[in-house]
Amino acid sequence: MPKLSLKNVVKRFGEKTVCNGISLDVEEGQMVCLIGASGGGKSTLLRCINLLENIEDGEIFLDDTDISIPGLDPQPVRRRIGMVFQSFNLFPHMTAAENVMLAPRRVYKRSRNDLRAEITDLFIRFGLADHMNHYPDQLSGGQQQRVAIVRALAMKPEVMLFDEITSALDPQLVGEVLDVLRLLKDSGMTMVLATHEMGFAREAADKVCFLSNGEIIEEGPAKALFETPQQPETQAFLARAIK
Amino acid sequence: MTDKPSAAGKTRRQLYEDRLRRRSMLIAASSTLAVFLAVIILVPMSPGWDRVKASFFNWDVFVKTFPKLLEAFKLDVMIFLWSAPAIVILGLLVALARDVRSPALFPLRILGAAYTDIFRGVPVVLTVYLIGFGIPGLGLPRPLNSPYIWGSLALILTYAAYVAEIFRSGIESVHASQRSAAQSLGLSDADSMRFVILPQAIRRVIPSQMNMFIALQKDVALLSFIGPVEIFRQAGVFKSLLANFTPYVGAALIFLAVTIPATRYADYLLAKQNRERS
Repeated sequence: MPKLSLKNVVKRFGEKTVCNGISLDVEEGQMVCLIGASGGGKSTLLRCINLLENIEDGEIFLDDTDISIPGLDPQPVRRRIGMVFQSFNLFPHMTAAENVMLAPRRVYKRSRNDLRAEITDLFIRFGLADHMNHYPDQLSGGQQQRVAIVRALAMKPEVMLFDEITSALDPQLVGEVLDVLRLLKDSGMTMVLATHEMGFAREAADKVCFLSNGEIIEEGPAKALFETPQQPETQAFLARAIK
Repeated sequence: MTDKPSAAGKTRRQLYEDRLRRRSMLIAASSTLAVFLAVIILVPMSPGWDRVKASFFNWDVFVKTFPKLLEAFKLDVMIFLWSAPAIVILGLLVALARDVRSPALFPLRILGAAYTDIFRGVPVVLTVYLIGFGIPGLGLPRPLNSPYIWGSLALILTYAAYVAEIFRSGIESVHASQRSAAQSLGLSDADSMRFVILPQAIRRVIPSQMNMFIALQKDVALLSFIGPVEIFRQAGVFKSLLANFTPYVGAALIFLAVTIPATRYADYLLAKQNRERS
């Protein structure tokens, strides 16, 4: 039984079909990378999985439970699925530690004192121990993005979604964020990434899907997809993307 | 090009800029002086100057009435002080009511919209009249027919409508990605608003809100129309008593002593915020 399973997901914005019948299985502990040109539907697909967007048709299963039933309360689902965004989206008026504690405090009704030790461990684990009490604008982009990851992890999600999380970073800061992803993968987290980091996808992903115009054109193990792509469109994209 | 330090230790660029600065200061000073001289010389040459001077700038009247005006201004400040918190609370509630999405609360949304439209659409002085005379006219018993209550209510209702709109613009200025981030963490809509959106929104609109409250302090004078002897009314009493307009000038000076520093401070906050955002 896959941890996360999409069946024929259709998402439209007005006349424009952004996801055109996407089906995808993600096994427990797997890292799946979505690649493809911007506007291909990667980000929208992730937002649909986190119920930030309602899908027009199809189903999304988390542990065999349909989470895409219209009218379903999205909040319990979102607690189980963490999401990290391209633009970090830290709350600028709170310190890093407050950013991380807000959701566990409000949703699980846990006190700051109760959370402190656990949160400190997370900050240490991701090399942020010195930055707990800094505000987002006092942190580098890479640090902000790692705090955003810690913030999502503090809710103890079962699945993590990453929406081009290195695209807004200076090239020299990308590495530290990718290291965090490797660390997460090693800890057995189930992850879905939309990414432009082809090298990383090739090295770390269990499965890679190439999306174009709202459809999965080709999917397979990273090695196979990068070395022997079958579809001409995939070949053309990879030729352009890997230089 | 090398900028060789001159005798004074300055580069030629610095010397050039010093020269420019001296010249523009000289020009600004002389043009200001010219304007002031023109006013000081020309205004007294006008035919009615002696009469205006006697009835608006009478020093003896000024000295005699100023302490009483200052005393009366305390009432303006008090009305301001109890109205302002009520305005903030009501304004915030209305702004939030206009943002609710639940269909059960739809009437709240309509009410909020109607409320802001109506009270922003009627001149303040009219609202003061209608509420200040209208409600006590219902024949309410003694403490409840006080013009202080109903005059303040008129100010509160009017200003809360403006303040609500400013809060709303602040809420809308917080990027949608902040709401997405809050929701993706499993926070409820109410918590997202309370802990993520509102704190940012309120911070952004503080300078604009300050300008509203400066306007409020001035508009407290409108309550004089329905009874309270605040500074404007007190000045009017002196005017009738002494047949002289100088008390009005004194009242204006008292208002300015409060509003100019406040305005400067609001502008400073705004400029600071603009710097931070750029």
